[in-house]
Amino acid sequence: MSNAVLHVADVHKSFGGLRALSDIDLQVMEGTTHAIIGPNGAGKSTLLNVCIGRIAPDTGAVVFDGQVITGKRPHEINQMGVVRVFQTPEIFPDLTLLQNVMVPAFAKRDGSFRLNALQLTSRQSAIREEAEHWLEDVGLYKQRETLAASLSRGDKRRLELAMGLVQHPRLLLLDEPTAGMSRHDTNATIDLLKKFKERGMTKVIIEHDMHVVFSLADRVTVLAQGRIIADGKPDEVRGNPVVQEAYLGGAH
Amino acid sequence: MAMLRNDLVLLAVFALVVLAMPLWLGPIGAAYPDLMQKIAIYGIFAIGFNILFGMTGYLSFGHAAFLGVGSYAAVWSFKLLTMSVIPAVIFAVVIAGIFAAAIGFISLRRSGIYFSILTLAFAQMSYNLAYSVLTPITNGETGLQLALDDPRVLDRALSTGGPGIPAPSLFGEQLVGLSGFYFCAVLLILCFFLAMRIDRSPFGMMLKAIKSNQTRMAYTGFNTKPYTLAAFIISGMYAGLAGGLLAATDPLAGAERMQWTASGEVVLMTILGGVGTLVGPVVGAGVIKYFENIFSAFHEAKLHEAFSFMPDGLENFFVAITAPFVGEGWHLTLGIVFMLIVIFLPGGLMEGVRRLRTAFTRKPAAREETGKFAPAE
Ligand SMILES: Nc1ncnc2c1ncn2[C@@H]1O[C@H](COP(=O)(O)OP(=O)(O)OP(=O)(O)O)[C@@H](O)[C@H]1O
Ligand SMILES: [Mg+2]
Repeated sequence: MSNAVLHVADVHKSFGGLRALSDIDLQVMEGTTHAIIGPNGAGKSTLLNVCIGRIAPDTGAVVFDGQVITGKRPHEINQMGVVRVFQTPEIFPDLTLLQNVMVPAFAKRDGSFRLNALQLTSRQSAIREEAEHWLEDVGLYKQRETLAASLSRGDKRRLELAMGLVQHPRLLLLDEPTAGMSRHDTNATIDLLKKFKERGMTKVIIEHDMHVVFSLADRVTVLAQGRIIADGKPDEVRGNPVVQEAYLGGAH
Repeated sequence: MAMLRNDLVLLAVFALVVLAMPLWLGPIGAAYPDLMQKIAIYGIFAIGFNILFGMTGYLSFGHAAFLGVGSYAAVWSFKLLTMSVIPAVIFAVVIAGIFAAAIGFISLRRSGIYFSILTLAFAQMSYNLAYSVLTPITNGETGLQLALDDPRVLDRALSTGGPGIPAPSLFGEQLVGLSGFYFCAVLLILCFFLAMRIDRSPFGMMLKAIKSNQTRMAYTGFNTKPYTLAAFIISGMYAGLAGGLLAATDPLAGAERMQWTASGEVVLMTILGGVGTLVGPVVGAGVIKYFENIFSAFHEAKLHEAFSFMPDGLENFFVAITAPFVGEGWHLTLGIVFMLIVIFLPGGLMEGVRRLRTAFTRKPAAREETGKFAPAE
């Protein structure tokens, strides 16, 4: 029953002389939460950049849902259902929180372009309610009319999570979603993400916080210096001496 | 729906203030039709410019090209078809729209300063072409004018020809004096209404999101190019309409209308009034046109008159220190006003209005639901 939603096939990527990704082959199974861990600079974010079309790989391809998505433009990949939450929050600072979440909701409903210049946003109650619902879920409903620029880093992350979830993605890519959050907010985020696991949403999550990884992940892939050094169930990976070496011994 | 009611009030007040211009501009010596219709026309130009600059953040330095194109199209419509302003204005809008589509398509490949430079280059190119290769269409330095032997096929078919060159008309009424102003004023109100609708639409929300973080829009699933291009074309059409109206109120089109100074002027109007606000650009257009016409007409004799209530010595002193700021020196005054506003009121005159209102109501600015999205009033 479980088939691969995402297949990163034999991807290489160098920046000048730096091999950011070598020989990456990775499958993410339908409905699972797949964690990617590794020391700083291991190439984790670069891997997600390749998946969403921000960076073109030197060789190899990314297959989503049976279709090659390498070479497609970022908005096309998003419209197929691959949604990313960024490591450094990428929000719309000059819009209110509510508008920040309404914008992706419009993308989901209306597609990549629509000239609806004579409709009234105030009449879009379905979109508005949906956005409010997600703001409530990430705990930002009360501030919905404030400008996103004024949020703390942790709150910006929660906002971005709502922006991702409102699109009901087929595949959600999370780049350190809890970094900069208080322990309380981290736990709330874990609970929220668990809820989606129950609903069968497929997720890739990059995390440094092992508590988060082991609470959520079905499978863990360990990257170091652009290579996969281990891959398996959380418990297998935890006991793997190579992984401990990479995290503790390796001074990279 | 509260927002809808606020907007209706805003529209009604705007319409009233515009239509009543002949009344309230009287005391400051500006109630003559020629100036009032210029304010209305440049108000349209600036509202349209703000749809691009204020909403998407793309700063065009070449919008005067569309103003010029609109004027030429309108004069040609007068020459070839009819003196009725309706087809002239429609041609002006459509042809400017086509030009904007082409120039926008290329310029929008870049953003920031490179976009501005590209639009400036296109406008200067149009300006120079109008003087050289395109002389058969533009009549070069003389400018495109009406002539007695123009075909005016529609007018001749209906045989409404009298002696002399006819004036542009609307449903048989000649557009001269106050009727010319009211025609422009009604179009200004329509344009304001349309801009308000765009501002309040999902499309407008996407434009503001593009201004706020364009790369994020792509990863949110939007193809941003058609959005910016649509905004560019719409604002080009506004400029075309303004150009058409300039020709309708004074049937003459010259290339100087496309010069970079004219492109810069609409930038000043928008910033002076308030970028991203609905009313601001019109206020900016009004202030600049007022300065241009009233201050430049001041001369020493008038100053003596103004200060004549003072003793002679003082009078001469005041005339001497104010003289450099009027007449030919009105640019100096405008420059100083502009600098003061940009430094102390970066949000333009509309920010000043907002601050005053806050100070007077002595409660924090009532943040109505649309408040920070579109600082409208
Ligand atoms: N666009 C780029 N141009 C040049 N080098 C890059 C680029 N993006 C990433 N790199 C380099 O590639 C390597 C991998 O970076 P990446 O951001 O993928 O690491 P990471 O595993 O996400 O690290 P962290 O845990 O710190 O987020 C780093 O050495 C980084 O400097
Ligand atoms: Mg990273």
